[in-house]
Amino acid sequence: MNRIAKKFQALNKTERKALIPYITAGDPDLAATEALILKMAECGADIIELGVPFSDPMADGPVIQRATERALTKGTKLIDILDLVSRVRKVSQVPIVLFSYFNPLLQFGLEKLAKKAAEVGIDGVLVTDLSPEEAGNFLSILCRYNLDMIFLLAPTSSDERIAKVTKLARGFIYAVSRTGITGIQQTLSDTVVELVLRIRKHSNLPIAVGFGISSREQVKEVCCYADGAIVGSRIVAEIEACKDQTQLLEKIGSLIQELASD
Amino acid sequence: MENLKKILEEKTTDLNNDAINWPDSGGHFGNYGGCYVPEILMHPLEELTTAYQKAQKDPEFINELKHLLKAYVGRPTPLFLAQRLTEYIGGAKIYLKREDLNHTGAHKINNALGQILLARRMGKKRIIAETGAGQHGVATATVCALMNTQCRVYMGTEDMRRQSLNVFRMRLLGAEVVGVDAGSRTLKDAINEALRDWVTNINTTYYLLGSALGPHPYPQMVRDFQAIIGQEARAQILELEGSLPNLLIACVGGGSNAIGLFSEFLKDSNVEMVGVEAGGRGKELGEHAARFHFAGGGRPGVLQGTFSYVLQDLDGQIAATHSISAGLDYPAIGPEHAYLHDSERVSYVTASDNEALEAFQLLAKLEGILPALESSHAVAYAIKAAARLSKNQVVVVNLSGRGDKDVHTVADVLGVEL
Repeated sequence: MNRIAKKFQALNKTERKALIPYITAGDPDLAATEALILKMAECGADIIELGVPFSDPMADGPVIQRATERALTKGTKLIDILDLVSRVRKVSQVPIVLFSYFNPLLQFGLEKLAKKAAEVGIDGVLVTDLSPEEAGNFLSILCRYNLDMIFLLAPTSSDERIAKVTKLARGFIYAVSRTGITGIQQTLSDTVVELVLRIRKHSNLPIAVGFGISSREQVKEVCCYADGAIVGSRIVAEIEACKDQTQLLEKIGSLIQELASD
Repeated sequence: MENLKKILEEKTTDLNNDAINWPDSGGHFGNYGGCYVPEILMHPLEELTTAYQKAQKDPEFINELKHLLKAYVGRPTPLFLAQRLTEYIGGAKIYLKREDLNHTGAHKINNALGQILLARRMGKKRIIAETGAGQHGVATATVCALMNTQCRVYMGTEDMRRQSLNVFRMRLLGAEVVGVDAGSRTLKDAINEALRDWVTNINTTYYLLGSALGPHPYPQMVRDFQAIIGQEARAQILELEGSLPNLLIACVGGGSNAIGLFSEFLKDSNVEMVGVEAGGRGKELGEHAARFHFAGGGRPGVLQGTFSYVLQDLDGQIAATHSISAGLDYPAIGPEHAYLHDSERVSYVTASDNEALEAFQLLAKLEGILPALESSHAVAYAIKAAARLSKNQVVVVNLSGRGDKDVHTVADVLGVEL
């Protein structure tokens, strides 16, 4: 059993739900990213989604686009992100999911990536623009290294697609709360409840809801019907707004505490 | 280099398959193409594929498109023997397929018209599009005016500066033009923004993509709507010359005018074909838009929904590109071209900014035709190729658009103040 499965099992036993924050690796720099992962884990993050910056983030809103640009300006490379995870693993067992567009992984080499990711202690990979139709080869490589491929399902996914994707999915399923790009929103739509229920009919995997979740209230709301909540843009916006680097860890730490509180 | 080998090993192809049967049901041309998009877009793309397949078989759809191509666009476009250019070079006979004479001044309208009829069938009330040189934006704004449909066009701010005339044309036609200030502020960034709009407004909106790029079914659909170019050219050259041409030449940005001309001739193994990419102003990454130029950073990769040749750095970050022509200034090439390149059915060469500029002026003086700077790349290569061929051989050049929109750019480069 890998760290993701263990985590959900442990949460289940205590009837708790998962808080899954997203940050872009290299924003504001890799040293900060390393410290942020540890801080978030300490303050109540159950799983970390670690974003690989890509020059053309077509599924992302302005907040994560800007984070990506900052990370690329700093020269953030995939190999350095993987090395960072190996350092994190010396002190923390928080499950880590690599969150990326396909091209940076493809150019790194899919086999090489899977081998290295397993070595450094990454638990799963989520590829925004890799549809299950195109995922076959990468999926079998990840399986060989016992890494989970996390799939997204959206309100636009038909029941046929849900059936197809849930057969391939491992770790947990990422339910997208609405159509659109990543970003903060005030109220969550009802379609996501329906989506989670539709997915439940096909799969026993944990379901985490993401896109637009930005407050403690929304996390609580989502956790009434799902197994976890993913918070991205809110955290990335907070990192962007923090002008004093010495305050960064404390600020993000208390944000995670707030989001995780009952 | 090792990465490239690996990528190709991981995706082995049988290149001996018959090219004209592509794509497969998943939108693949050999290994290339496919559907690399976020899950949110998968169902809408499936719907689009189904709607397109139905329309293709519906005589009502086909007849309306035929009628509008004739009555509104002005097709068929002439296949014109460029007598003075031919004599000047002293080699093969050069024919120009006059797509510049279409309504709105380029081949883009062929596809825009096909897709707007499809959007109407699908009940979509709002159209979005991206544009580089502005020709596709103008074509989309035009058909939206014709069909009384709301239209928004995304355009990089750098392209808006280069093609201000087309920006104004689109606005006159009633379209909303939205500047995109991200990345290189060109076509690639306009496509990202259009995709973001589409995922956000999926129920009401039709994305009218302008080149043979993007996720399935766009590369196939755009090719099919542009295939009229080759169908006409084939019939015309047979009538004029009594035989097929020896060589076809077209410029390749995304590749829609080229695939439109080539597709009808792919089965004619004696017809040689050359796609001309933008050589820009240098060989280094960032100085050109030559995707098949390996040393210049072109390798197979995934960008904006499709697997094809992409200009990128070693980490897979998409590279900046340069071309004097906004329409060729794009880091990826349509996936069918990637397949035709690897299978060696089509050769791909480059023409530099300067060569295109010279061809632009030469065609103006010798034939009284101002070609688009994009099409000037094809003319530039035709000048070289015709010189090597004998007088009884025949070259067909796709003159994909007219150059009025480029007059300011050309004046700038020549140091003329207007």
